[in-house]
Amino acid sequence: MAASTNGYRVIGTRPIRHDGVDKVTGRAKYGADYAFPGMLHGKVLRSPHAHAIIKSIKVDKALALPGVKAVVTSADLPELADKMEQAGEQALNLAQLSQNILARNKVLYDGHAIAAVAATSPHIAEEALRLIEVEYELLPPVMTVEDAMKPGAPILLPKLRNKDEGPDKPTNVATHIQFKRGDVNDGFKSADYTIEREFKTAMVHQGYIEPHNAVGIYNSDGHATIYCSTQGTFVVRALSAAVLGMPEGHIKVVPAEIGGGFGGKTTIYLEPLSVLLSKKTGAPVKLVMSRAEVLRGSGPTSGSTIRCKMGCTKAGKLVAAQIWMAYEAGGFPGSPVGAGAMTIVAPYDIPNILIDAYDVVVNRPKTAAYRAPGATNAAMASESVVDELAEKCGIDPCDFRIMNGAKEGTPQTAGPPYRRIGYIETVQAIKNSPHYKSKLEGPNRGRGVATGFWFNVGLQSSSIVNLHTDGTASVVIGSVDIGGTRAAQAMIVAEVLGLDINDVRPLVADTDSIGHTDVTGGSRTAFATGWATYDAAQDVVRQLKERAARLWEKKPEEVTFSNGVLSAQGEGVKPMTVKEIASRLARTGGPVTGRATVNARGVGPGFAAALIDVEVDPDTGKVQILRATVAQDVGKAIHPSYVEGQMQGGTAQGIGWALNEEYFYDDKGNLRNFGLLDYRMPTCLDLPLIETAIVEVPTPGHPLGVRGVGEVSIVPPPAAIANAIYRATGVRMTECPMSPPKVLKAMLKKRGGAENQAAAAGR
Amino acid sequence: MATVVVPAQLRRLTGGKERVVARGRNVGQIIEDLERQFPGFRAQLMENDDVKPSVAVSVDGEMGTGGVLDPVGEASEVFFLPAIAGG
Repeated sequence: MAASTNGYRVIGTRPIRHDGVDKVTGRAKYGADYAFPGMLHGKVLRSPHAHAIIKSIKVDKALALPGVKAVVTSADLPELADKMEQAGEQALNLAQLSQNILARNKVLYDGHAIAAVAATSPHIAEEALRLIEVEYELLPPVMTVEDAMKPGAPILLPKLRNKDEGPDKPTNVATHIQFKRGDVNDGFKSADYTIEREFKTAMVHQGYIEPHNAVGIYNSDGHATIYCSTQGTFVVRALSAAVLGMPEGHIKVVPAEIGGGFGGKTTIYLEPLSVLLSKKTGAPVKLVMSRAEVLRGSGPTSGSTIRCKMGCTKAGKLVAAQIWMAYEAGGFPGSPVGAGAMTIVAPYDIPNILIDAYDVVVNRPKTAAYRAPGATNAAMASESVVDELAEKCGIDPCDFRIMNGAKEGTPQTAGPPYRRIGYIETVQAIKNSPHYKSKLEGPNRGRGVATGFWFNVGLQSSSIVNLHTDGTASVVIGSVDIGGTRAAQAMIVAEVLGLDINDVRPLVADTDSIGHTDVTGGSRTAFATGWATYDAAQDVVRQLKERAARLWEKKPEEVTFSNGVLSAQGEGVKPMTVKEIASRLARTGGPVTGRATVNARGVGPGFAAALIDVEVDPDTGKVQILRATVAQDVGKAIHPSYVEGQMQGGTAQGIGWALNEEYFYDDKGNLRNFGLLDYRMPTCLDLPLIETAIVEVPTPGHPLGVRGVGEVSIVPPPAAIANAIYRATGVRMTECPMSPPKVLKAMLKKRGGAENQAAAAGR
Repeated sequence: MATVVVPAQLRRLTGGKERVVARGRNVGQIIEDLERQFPGFRAQLMENDDVKPSVAVSVDGEMGTGGVLDPVGEASEVFFLPAIAGG
């Protein structure tokens, strides 16, 4: 479905991205491409154990290896206070962040970093890792939330406490969050149908193509520069400064091009190590993770266990939802279970809800954000149960969702009422799609629908628009370009100033060259940075009116600006284009630069719906995706192609999460699938062309009506696929991934049950 | 006076009440008035003279900047909820 231009000249069109040529010709510079004279290469020693006390670390032999210039351990980092700090959009415990970068006293997962080496070649650095002697006292690994929550479970973090269990009881439960509305007992009493099921989803990785990397250069004046691939230069600066004990302003972070992040590059791993090693050696130091390190030692998203009970009347009105959910945080607290709790029934207007959510530490990597963090796990549960209730009522699954769907004024899970949202329109778009209207025929085939919610966030952004003397412009932003940010920002400037899109050059600046800008994450960049850029371009317009007023001897408020032309009433006024007045800037007051910053308020949430057809192999349990359509409320699509790319990308990742991806640990807590041959992400052979339906319900208050688009499309696919598998096989899948062995086992169990029943009937 | 919708886990401070009223022209003043009426609120919501990083504030259905200076109207509805990070 095409997005509208709605009276816009540039917005809603599909120009070629400004960074496209550099990227397709290989000129674009990614983190691993950086090289400097005298640069050393760093490598990280990682724990082979899931849970152990570090008794000692001896580095003498490694340091004695020719070519080795430095070895660092946690003893080289300041010991930080156990305290929460705001870091961009997230609150972090800095002591735990530091201990995740280099383990202090204890290792908490297979792959936990222990020491780092700098040497004249990567091979020597690797050889040196083998010479570092670590003495461990092994502890029993705790790999699941169920085991971690058992009374008497081995404790990962001896200081960890929660409010429920009190100040004296060590625990693995970091947080219990509860949301309550109405009375669920009364609600279930009024239900004609009640469904209760338990769901499990596996820990999965974002699977960005480009591994983490960093080049650190520490200068003798106490300043440092970090070149790295990140979703947020300012968050890298703030966190690295905290971990290193340096003033924030002494670090400059230069963003490399980024080969994917999906939330996984909103924190730090190698960045402070590169500075620490550079400080010790006096040389630039580059570190690049291998794929195995990415999987073992960076931040995947949580596996989860969710018990979901929902009830509705015969007429199909949802009346109650009670949910218990526990998410794996990894070795340190901070799973997205709070978001999971606030998203799980967010699409619906339900009068009675009770949600208990638990953040649980386990001996797995510390989780990081992943596209709509926590929401996909949650929707797998609620959207499967909603599908089952719709079937009980004999109501079309889209109609059931429309009947119960949230709209303006519906209270959200945490209480605030929704402002204008597009959930109903999104489901309607699926219902009206050619895909939904088509027939699905053939054996072992089924069709499933599911929907999803994500908050989106606002936060801080800065933007500078420079008007050049030839009438072209540049826009300087601090938001790293992951999904077409440069093109979108340039389009906003071109729209406001009446310029051709190719006359606006976008630039992603380092932390010394632009005001504070939070991460490219939380689906915030087109919304918040786009808002700042819109305001910065309007600042240019304001100044151009002043210049024209001076030339025409008018007051600025007498000057109008429309479609790139300045004009005014009266004699002697010859309307001027931006190009024309740009050439006269020197004589009318000097250069024109527009600036704006925002701490964006009034962010509007996003909704997505997925429609997926599958065919299930009855002999192997393999699920083939036959056709997939995603609809999403995007507020206003600035560049529809990149919006569709986000919708398709999220859907593809949701399909991977649904069908194959999972962290697979052995009984010792060692990850056994730390390569992409065994960690099975979908390829183009696994996916059809994903059809898209852009829905545009503008966010109130935003100058362009933009909503975040980067995350919510990952939420519905697992439940949509589970619902499709049910229609293909009669089996309700409750576990992700729905990989062939699991689907086959469920089908065999059902067949066995049917055969037993037949046999019993025969007797 | 503004209406504050109390999160489920803080209702022990208000004797189980889900909705209470508080006086203030911004979020910081509302929290101070809650503390005056129901001791313990400040510790749950504030640190370093500002709203805790882990807490988000919605005023009249709109997510604000999250700070104590976010304006609150005479008839506003104020919600305190967990802060969210995206990917």
